[in-house]
Amino acid sequence: MTTTDRILAFITNRFPQAEISDVEDIFSLGYINSLFAMELVMFIEKEFTITIPNDELRIDNFRTAKAMTELVDGLRSAVV
Amino acid sequence: MAVIGVVGAGVMGIGVAQSVATGGHDVVLVDTSEEILADARAAIYRNCRMSRMMGGPTLDPDEILARVTTAVGLDALAKAELVIENVTENWEIKREVHAELDRVLPADTVVVANTSAIPITRIASVGSHPERVVGVHFMNPVPAKPVVELIPGFHTTPETLERTRDLLASMGKRWVDVKDASGFVSNRVLMLTINEAAYLVHEGVATAESVDEVFRGCFGHPMGPLETADLIGVDTILYSVEVLYEHYADSKYRPCPLLKQMTDAGLHGRKSGRGFYTYNS
Repeated sequence: MTTTDRILAFITNRFPQAEISDVEDIFSLGYINSLFAMELVMFIEKEFTITIPNDELRIDNFRTAKAMTELVDGLRSAVV
Repeated sequence: MAVIGVVGAGVMGIGVAQSVATGGHDVVLVDTSEEILADARAAIYRNCRMSRMMGGPTLDPDEILARVTTAVGLDALAKAELVIENVTENWEIKREVHAELDRVLPADTVVVANTSAIPITRIASVGSHPERVVGVHFMNPVPAKPVVELIPGFHTTPETLERTRDLLASMGKRWVDVKDASGFVSNRVLMLTINEAAYLVHEGVATAESVDEVFRGCFGHPMGPLETADLIGVDTILYSVEVLYEHYADSKYRPCPLLKQMTDAGLHGRKSGRGFYTYNS
Protein backbone atom coordinates (compact mmCIF):
# COMPACT_ATOMS: atom_id res chain seq x y z
CA MET A 1 0.00 0.00 0.00
CA THR A 2 1.13 3.53 -0.68
CA THR A 3 1.49 6.08 2.10
CA THR A 4 -1.77 7.70 0.99
CA ASP A 5 -3.62 4.36 1.03
CA ARG A 6 -2.42 3.59 4.55
CA ILE A 7 -3.56 7.00 5.79
CA LEU A 8 -6.94 6.74 4.07
CA ALA A 9 -7.42 3.23 5.48
CA PHE A 10 -6.79 4.53 8.99
CA ILE A 11 -9.35 7.33 8.54
CA THR A 12 -12.07 5.11 7.04
CA ASN A 13 -11.45 2.47 9.71
CA ARG A 14 -12.33 5.05 12.35
CA PHE A 15 -15.09 6.71 10.31
CA PRO A 16 -16.68 3.96 8.18
CA GLN A 17 -19.21 6.45 6.83
CA ALA A 18 -16.44 8.56 5.27
CA GLU A 19 -16.14 8.42 1.51
CA ILE A 20 -13.12 10.57 0.96
CA SER A 21 -10.55 11.25 -1.70
CA ASP A 22 -6.95 12.16 -0.98
CA VAL A 23 -7.64 15.88 -1.45
CA GLU A 24 -10.77 16.10 0.68
CA ASP A 25 -10.53 18.27 3.80
CA ILE A 26 -11.52 15.73 6.46
CA PHE A 27 -12.25 18.45 9.02
CA SER A 28 -14.88 19.99 6.71
CA LEU A 29 -16.97 16.80 6.73
CA GLY A 30 -18.70 17.82 9.93
CA TYR A 31 -18.10 14.74 12.06
CA ILE A 32 -14.31 14.79 12.34
CA ASN A 33 -12.96 17.37 14.79
CA SER A 34 -9.50 18.46 15.80
CA LEU A 35 -9.28 15.76 18.49
CA PHE A 36 -8.88 13.29 15.65
CA ALA A 37 -5.87 15.27 14.44
CA MET A 38 -4.11 14.16 17.61
CA GLU A 39 -4.91 10.54 16.78
CA LEU A 40 -3.60 11.10 13.26
CA VAL A 41 -0.29 12.39 14.60
CA MET A 42 0.10 9.37 16.87
CA PHE A 43 -0.90 6.97 14.10
CA ILE A 44 1.49 8.49 11.55
CA GLU A 45 4.44 8.56 13.94
CA LYS A 46 3.89 4.89 14.86
CA GLU A 47 2.94 3.61 11.41
CA PHE A 48 5.84 5.27 9.56
CA THR A 49 8.30 5.28 12.52
CA ILE A 50 8.98 8.99 12.28
CA THR A 51 8.84 11.88 14.71
CA ILE A 52 7.06 14.88 13.30
CA PRO A 53 8.93 18.07 14.27
CA ASN A 54 6.89 20.28 16.60
CA ASP A 55 6.73 23.13 14.08
CA GLU A 56 5.10 20.79 11.53
CA LEU A 57 2.26 20.02 13.96
CA ARG A 58 -0.17 22.37 12.23
CA ILE A 59 -3.72 21.47 11.38
CA ASP A 60 -3.09 22.31 7.70
CA ASN A 61 -0.63 19.41 7.47
CA PHE A 62 -3.42 17.00 8.46
CA ARG A 63 -6.41 18.28 6.52
CA THR A 64 -6.03 15.92 3.57
CA ALA A 65 -4.41 12.55 2.95
CA LYS A 66 -2.34 14.30 0.28
CA ALA A 67 -0.94 16.83 2.77
CA MET A 68 -0.15 14.04 5.25
CA THR A 69 1.54 11.99 2.54
CA GLU A 70 3.74 14.93 1.59
CA LEU A 71 4.66 15.45 5.22
CA VAL A 72 5.46 11.75 5.75
CA ASP A 73 7.40 11.31 2.52
CA GLY A 74 9.35 14.51 3.14
CA LEU A 75 10.35 13.38 6.62
CA ARG A 76 11.24 9.87 5.50
CA SER A 77 13.46 11.08 2.66
CA ALA A 78 15.15 13.47 5.09
CA VAL A 79 16.00 10.52 7.33
CA VAL A 80 17.42 8.47 4.43
CA MET B 1 5.39 32.76 40.90
CA ALA B 2 3.65 30.55 43.40
CA VAL B 3 4.07 26.83 43.98
CA ILE B 4 0.80 25.11 43.18
CA GLY B 5 0.04 21.54 44.22
CA VAL B 6 -1.96 19.26 41.95
CA VAL B 7 -3.35 16.03 43.43
CA GLY B 8 -4.21 13.23 41.02
CA ALA B 9 -2.49 12.64 37.68
CA GLY B 10 -5.47 11.36 35.71
CA VAL B 11 -6.99 13.11 32.72
CA MET B 12 -8.06 16.18 34.74
CA GLY B 13 -4.95 16.44 36.92
CA ILE B 14 -2.69 16.27 33.88
CA GLY B 15 -4.64 19.06 32.17
CA VAL B 16 -4.70 21.19 35.32
CA ALA B 17 -0.95 20.72 35.86
CA GLN B 18 -0.24 21.76 32.28
CA SER B 19 -2.46 24.83 32.51
CA VAL B 20 -0.99 25.94 35.83
CA ALA B 21 2.56 25.49 34.50
CA THR B 22 1.64 27.37 31.33
CA GLY B 23 0.49 30.20 33.61
CA GLY B 24 4.09 30.44 34.83
CA HIS B 25 3.76 28.68 38.18
CA ASP B 26 5.82 25.85 39.57
CA VAL B 27 3.72 22.71 39.93
CA VAL B 28 4.04 19.77 42.30
CA LEU B 29 2.00 16.94 40.82
CA VAL B 30 1.31 14.02 43.15
CA ASP B 31 -0.29 10.61 42.75
CA THR B 32 0.03 7.14 44.24
CA SER B 33 2.76 5.60 42.05
CA GLU B 34 5.84 6.54 40.04
CA GLU B 35 4.41 4.72 37.07
CA ILE B 36 1.30 6.93 36.96
CA LEU B 37 3.49 10.01 37.29
CA ALA B 38 5.81 8.93 34.46
CA ASP B 39 2.76 8.44 32.24
CA ALA B 40 1.52 11.89 33.31
CA ARG B 41 4.78 13.56 32.28
CA ALA B 42 4.61 11.82 28.90
CA ALA B 43 1.01 12.95 28.46
CA ILE B 44 1.83 16.56 29.34
CA TYR B 45 4.71 16.49 26.86
CA ARG B 46 2.43 15.10 24.15
CA ASN B 47 -0.38 17.55 24.88
CA CYS B 48 2.01 20.52 24.79
CA ARG B 49 3.32 19.36 21.41
CA MET B 50 -0.23 19.19 20.07
CA SER B 51 -1.36 22.47 21.65
CA ARG B 52 -1.18 24.71 18.61
CA MET B 53 -2.83 22.11 16.37
CA MET B 54 -5.74 21.89 18.79
CA GLY B 55 -6.26 25.63 18.51
CA GLY B 56 -4.21 26.58 21.58
CA PRO B 57 -1.00 28.55 21.99
CA THR B 58 2.37 27.29 20.75
CA LEU B 59 4.00 25.65 23.76
CA ASP B 60 7.54 24.42 24.31
CA PRO B 61 6.99 20.99 25.93
CA ASP B 62 10.41 21.00 27.63
CA GLU B 63 9.86 24.46 29.09
CA ILE B 64 6.44 23.52 30.51
CA LEU B 65 7.64 20.20 31.92
CA ALA B 66 10.61 21.90 33.56
CA ARG B 67 8.12 23.65 35.88
CA VAL B 68 6.45 20.37 36.88
CA THR B 69 7.90 18.19 39.61
CA THR B 70 6.22 14.93 40.50
CA ALA B 71 6.06 13.02 43.77
CA VAL B 72 4.34 10.03 45.33
CA GLY B 73 2.25 10.96 48.36
CA LEU B 74 0.74 14.18 49.67
CA ASP B 75 3.64 15.17 51.93
CA ALA B 76 5.33 16.80 48.91
CA LEU B 77 2.61 19.49 48.97
CA ALA B 78 3.73 21.15 52.21
CA LYS B 79 5.18 24.22 50.42
CA ALA B 80 2.26 24.78 48.05
CA GLU B 81 0.25 27.99 48.46
CA LEU B 82 -2.75 26.41 46.86
CA VAL B 83 -3.60 22.79 46.13
CA ILE B 84 -5.97 21.58 43.41
CA GLU B 85 -7.42 18.15 44.11
CA ASN B 86 -8.48 16.10 41.05
CA VAL B 87 -8.94 12.55 42.33
CA THR B 88 -11.61 10.12 41.12
CA GLU B 89 -15.20 11.37 41.31
CA ASN B 90 -16.08 9.01 44.13
CA TRP B 91 -17.02 10.21 47.60
CA GLU B 92 -15.00 7.64 49.56
CA ILE B 93 -11.84 8.50 47.63
CA LYS B 94 -12.45 12.26 47.85
CA ARG B 95 -13.14 11.98 51.59
CA GLU B 96 -9.93 10.07 52.24
CA VAL B 97 -7.78 12.46 50.21
CA HIS B 98 -9.27 15.59 51.81
CA ALA B 99 -8.79 14.15 55.30
CA GLU B 100 -5.14 13.54 54.43
CA LEU B 101 -4.79 17.03 52.91
CA ASP B 102 -6.19 18.47 56.14
CA ARG B 103 -3.40 16.69 58.05
CA VAL B 104 -0.46 17.64 55.82
CA LEU B 105 -1.27 21.22 54.71
CA PRO B 106 -0.65 24.41 56.71
CA ALA B 107 -3.88 26.15 57.72
CA ASP B 108 -3.47 28.97 55.19
CA THR B 109 -3.13 26.75 52.10
CA VAL B 110 -6.14 27.10 49.83
CA VAL B 111 -7.69 23.77 48.84
CA VAL B 112 -9.50 23.68 45.50
CA ALA B 113 -11.70 20.65 44.93
CA ASN B 114 -12.07 19.93 41.22
CA THR B 115 -15.35 18.11 41.03
CA SER B 116 -18.18 17.92 38.56
CA ALA B 117 -20.86 16.82 40.98
CA ILE B 118 -19.94 16.46 44.67
CA PRO B 119 -21.16 19.34 46.89
CA ILE B 120 -18.26 21.54 48.05
CA THR B 121 -19.71 22.01 51.54
CA ARG B 122 -19.63 18.24 51.97
CA ILE B 123 -16.01 18.01 50.84
CA ALA B 124 -15.07 20.93 53.11
CA SER B 125 -16.70 19.22 56.09
CA VAL B 126 -14.03 16.51 56.05
CA GLY B 127 -11.27 18.81 57.32
CA SER B 128 -10.85 21.26 60.19
CA HIS B 129 -10.59 24.34 57.91
CA PRO B 130 -13.70 24.44 55.75
CA GLU B 131 -13.10 28.17 55.14
CA ARG B 132 -10.11 27.44 52.88
CA VAL B 133 -11.92 24.93 50.67
CA VAL B 134 -13.52 26.02 47.39
CA GLY B 135 -14.85 24.21 44.33
CA VAL B 136 -13.70 24.69 40.75
CA HIS B 137 -15.23 22.55 38.04
CA PHE B 138 -12.63 22.46 35.28
CA MET B 139 -13.74 21.26 31.85
CA ASN B 140 -11.93 18.64 29.78
CA PRO B 141 -9.51 19.10 28.05
CA VAL B 142 -8.51 21.66 30.68
CA PRO B 143 -5.95 23.63 28.58
CA ALA B 144 -8.49 24.09 25.76
CA LYS B 145 -11.52 25.13 27.82
CA PRO B 146 -11.46 28.80 28.82
CA VAL B 147 -14.33 28.79 31.33
CA VAL B 148 -14.85 26.99 34.66
CA GLU B 149 -17.58 26.88 37.29
CA LEU B 150 -16.47 28.49 40.56
CA ILE B 151 -18.36 27.22 43.60
CA PRO B 152 -17.90 28.50 47.15
CA GLY B 153 -18.94 26.13 49.92
CA PHE B 154 -21.02 27.27 52.90
CA HIS B 155 -17.95 28.34 54.93
CA THR B 156 -15.64 29.49 52.10
CA THR B 157 -14.13 32.91 52.90
CA PRO B 158 -13.82 35.84 50.47
CA GLU B 159 -10.02 35.56 50.79
CA THR B 160 -10.09 31.94 49.65
CA LEU B 161 -12.23 32.95 46.69
CA GLU B 162 -9.96 35.84 45.82
CA ARG B 163 -6.80 33.72 45.86
CA THR B 164 -8.55 31.14 43.69
CA ARG B 165 -9.71 33.78 41.21
CA ASP B 166 -6.15 35.14 41.00
CA LEU B 167 -4.86 31.69 40.12
CA LEU B 168 -7.59 31.11 37.54
CA ALA B 169 -6.83 34.47 35.93
CA SER B 170 -3.13 33.59 35.70
CA MET B 171 -4.15 30.36 33.96
CA GLY B 172 -6.15 32.37 31.43
CA LYS B 173 -9.46 31.03 32.76
CA ARG B 174 -12.71 32.87 33.23
CA TRP B 175 -15.25 31.63 35.74
CA VAL B 176 -18.98 31.46 36.17
CA ASP B 177 -20.14 31.84 39.79
CA VAL B 178 -22.47 29.02 40.78
CA LYS B 179 -23.95 28.20 44.17
CA ASP B 180 -23.20 24.90 45.86
CA ALA B 181 -25.60 22.17 44.74
CA SER B 182 -24.69 18.69 43.54
CA GLY B 183 -23.86 18.80 39.82
CA PHE B 184 -23.83 22.64 39.80
CA VAL B 185 -25.22 23.86 36.47
CA SER B 186 -23.17 21.92 33.96
CA ASN B 187 -23.64 18.39 35.18
CA ARG B 188 -27.23 18.65 36.32
CA VAL B 189 -27.96 19.08 32.61
CA LEU B 190 -25.10 17.30 30.85
CA MET B 191 -25.06 14.08 32.88
CA LEU B 192 -28.78 13.55 32.45
CA THR B 193 -28.36 14.13 28.72
CA ILE B 194 -25.51 11.64 28.39
CA ASN B 195 -27.30 9.12 30.62
CA GLU B 196 -30.42 9.36 28.47
CA ALA B 197 -28.31 9.06 25.29
CA ALA B 198 -26.80 5.87 26.74
CA TYR B 199 -30.34 4.56 27.36
CA LEU B 200 -31.15 5.12 23.67
CA VAL B 201 -28.19 2.93 22.70
CA HIS B 202 -28.98 0.43 25.46
CA GLU B 203 -32.57 0.08 24.25
CA GLY B 204 -31.55 -0.16 20.60
CA VAL B 205 -33.45 2.97 19.62
CA ALA B 206 -30.37 4.44 17.91
CA THR B 207 -26.66 3.79 17.52
CA ALA B 208 -24.09 6.01 19.21
CA GLU B 209 -23.27 7.47 15.79
CA SER B 210 -26.92 8.32 15.18
CA VAL B 211 -27.43 9.91 18.57
CA ASP B 212 -24.36 12.10 18.10
CA GLU B 213 -25.36 12.98 14.53
CA VAL B 214 -28.68 14.37 15.81
CA PHE B 215 -26.85 16.67 18.20
CA ARG B 216 -24.29 17.79 15.62
CA GLY B 217 -26.55 17.99 12.60
CA CYS B 218 -29.83 19.13 14.13
CA PHE B 219 -28.65 21.22 17.08
CA GLY B 220 -25.29 22.42 15.77
CA HIS B 221 -23.35 21.08 18.76
CA PRO B 222 -19.66 20.55 17.90
CA MET B 223 -19.79 17.12 19.57
CA GLY B 224 -22.59 14.70 20.42
CA PRO B 225 -23.24 13.47 23.98
CA LEU B 226 -21.66 10.04 23.51
CA GLU B 227 -18.48 11.41 21.92
CA THR B 228 -18.42 13.71 24.91
CA ALA B 229 -18.85 10.72 27.23
CA ASP B 230 -15.83 9.05 25.61
CA LEU B 231 -13.82 12.24 26.04
CA ILE B 232 -14.76 12.70 29.70
CA GLY B 233 -14.50 8.97 30.47
CA VAL B 234 -17.44 6.57 30.63
CA ASP B 235 -16.47 5.58 34.20
CA THR B 236 -16.46 9.24 35.24
CA ILE B 237 -19.89 9.72 33.69
CA LEU B 238 -21.21 6.78 35.69
CA TYR B 239 -19.71 8.09 38.95
CA SER B 240 -21.16 11.54 38.30
CA VAL B 241 -24.65 10.17 37.63
CA GLU B 242 -24.38 8.03 40.77
CA VAL B 243 -23.42 11.09 42.81
CA LEU B 244 -26.50 12.96 41.53
CA TYR B 245 -28.71 9.94 42.19
CA GLU B 246 -27.41 9.55 45.71
CA HIS B 247 -27.50 13.27 46.51
CA TYR B 248 -30.99 14.11 45.28
CA ALA B 249 -32.50 10.66 45.96
CA ASP B 250 -34.44 11.23 42.75
CA SER B 251 -35.03 8.38 40.31
CA LYS B 252 -34.62 10.70 37.33
CA TYR B 253 -30.86 10.29 37.89
CA ARG B 254 -30.90 6.47 37.76
CA PRO B 255 -27.70 5.38 35.96
CA CYS B 256 -28.12 3.52 32.67
CA PRO B 257 -27.07 -0.16 33.04
CA LEU B 258 -25.01 0.17 29.86
CA LEU B 259 -22.75 2.73 31.58
CA LYS B 260 -22.20 0.26 34.43
CA GLN B 261 -21.41 -2.59 32.08
CA MET B 262 -19.01 -0.48 30.00
CA THR B 263 -17.25 0.70 33.15
CA ASP B 264 -16.87 -2.90 34.41
CA ALA B 265 -15.67 -4.04 30.98
CA GLY B 266 -12.95 -1.37 30.85
CA LEU B 267 -14.62 0.52 27.98
CA HIS B 268 -13.81 3.90 29.51
CA GLY B 269 -13.62 5.94 26.30
CA ARG B 270 -10.67 7.69 24.68
CA LYS B 271 -8.31 7.08 27.59
CA SER B 272 -8.76 3.28 27.34
CA GLY B 273 -8.92 3.14 23.53
CA ARG B 274 -12.58 2.13 23.43
CA GLY B 275 -15.88 3.41 24.72
CA PHE B 276 -18.90 4.18 22.56
CA TYR B 277 -16.28 4.44 19.78
CA THR B 278 -12.91 2.79 19.16
CA TYR B 279 -9.72 4.88 19.13
CA ASN B 280 -6.16 4.48 18.00
CA SER B 281 -3.98 4.28 21.10
